[in-house]
Amino acid sequence: MNGLPSNHRGVSVLVQGLRKSFRGEPVLKGIDFAVAPGEIFVLMGPSGSGKTVLLKHLIGLEKPDEGEILIEGESIQSPEVMSKHRLAMVFQSGALLNSLTVGENVGLYLSEHRTHPEAEIARIVAEKLAIVGLKGLESRYPSELSGGMKKRVAIARALVIEPQLILYDEPTSELDPLIAVTIAEEILNLNERIQVTSIVVSHDRDLAFGVADRMAIIHEGRILLIGTPEEIKANPHPLVQQFLNADFRKEKKPS
Amino acid sequence: MFQNIGEILLLFWLTLLALPQTWRQRRKVCEQLFEIGNASLLMACILSIFIGGVIALQTGPVLRERGLASSIGGLVGLSMCKELGPVMMAVLISGRIGSAMAAEIGSMAVYQEIDALRTMNINPVHYLVLPRLVAISFALPLLVIFSVFVGWVGGAAVCVFNREIAISFQTYFSNLRTVVELGDVINGLIKSLVFAVVIGVVSCHQGLHTIGGPQGIGRSVTKAVVNSLVLILILDYFLTRFLLYFEK
Repeated sequence: MNGLPSNHRGVSVLVQGLRKSFRGEPVLKGIDFAVAPGEIFVLMGPSGSGKTVLLKHLIGLEKPDEGEILIEGESIQSPEVMSKHRLAMVFQSGALLNSLTVGENVGLYLSEHRTHPEAEIARIVAEKLAIVGLKGLESRYPSELSGGMKKRVAIARALVIEPQLILYDEPTSELDPLIAVTIAEEILNLNERIQVTSIVVSHDRDLAFGVADRMAIIHEGRILLIGTPEEIKANPHPLVQQFLNADFRKEKKPS
Repeated sequence: MFQNIGEILLLFWLTLLALPQTWRQRRKVCEQLFEIGNASLLMACILSIFIGGVIALQTGPVLRERGLASSIGGLVGLSMCKELGPVMMAVLISGRIGSAMAAEIGSMAVYQEIDALRTMNINPVHYLVLPRLVAISFALPLLVIFSVFVGWVGGAAVCVFNREIAISFQTYFSNLRTVVELGDVINGLIKSLVFAVVIGVVSCHQGLHTIGGPQGIGRSVTKAVVNSLVLILILDYFLTRFLLYFEK
């Protein structure tokens, strides 16, 4: 195979009746939603609500107890899906291969699938690293990077695939606000440039409302609400409002 | 336990199916070969000299008393190539390389690196297990050949320099040449190949199924070494029984 496949259109995702339990403890209690090709769909919810488990199901890392996930109408568990469509996931921890350099990590998909000659891979890797603000760090090892830098390398590794579906697990956690803005812009750019379908799990309200075409609020393994950012903001559901408006102020002591 | 055995057999089968990918993974195979050689060659040398030496030391005076001093060469030669070379090298490699495989793959499992491979449509069996299994299957028989020769020399040195035995190099090696046949060395190499597969598959399986952070990695390493050793010793008996049929 020479070069990545030419189909750059995003893929549709359909989740139907998804249920999952771990040691008898239900984590996902019947999740249904659909994401259109090229859409940016954000999943928000408190910690422990099942967002990451849901994301792992969406890329086939977990098998559901019940229900199914269809990518362009084909089950994610079918072996052809991964070779037919380019899917990528940005893990919360980065999940970089510690025995490889940054450059090798970013170019891993291309070198393992022999999609490009080595010189071309080096050029693509440099380009993607520059996008996430890590130009020239190809020869470093992950252990020499900060948590935020690792996350950016993981994003560069996902970008290299030119994915049709990209899943982000907390893409801006551990990042400073400037880099968080860069990452949000890159999510939008990628969506514009190659019409990738993006599913973003995040606590970051600025990111979520800044990039989402539609959002879902997930709570205790169920989806409470799906809608556009405006519809979500306007919804009076107390749990949704509590989550969206949670804030704190240091109380001033009376002098 | 039965689930574990099933998983290990399945992993072995999947690795066999992946064998045509070996050429693509040749760089990783070479890296693993270098790793195995680098980590174990010196240790194999020391171990083999002393194993050969101690067999000669234990048996030499007894054989001399009975007027059989000239047969020490054959005894050390056969013990080294049919039994002690393969088993001791397997024990060494299980401790040094099997544990490292389980730890490395286990840490990749715990820190989601294997999940990351899967999301990139990179098969962990092709990427991680195949190069290790191919490398160890080449390395262990080679180490056994090295160990057998060093063990023979160790035995010879004790026979020459120990006053209670005191036979010449020539007597030792001429008896060894008479007793040990090529088939005996091949017998040991077949055993070592089976042991290599056992160490590779058991260690990689433990690594891939690691859960629970650093403690989990420690547990996997211990299980990989203990399970490999138990299987090596059990299989050694049955392999010996099986290979004896071909000697008759």
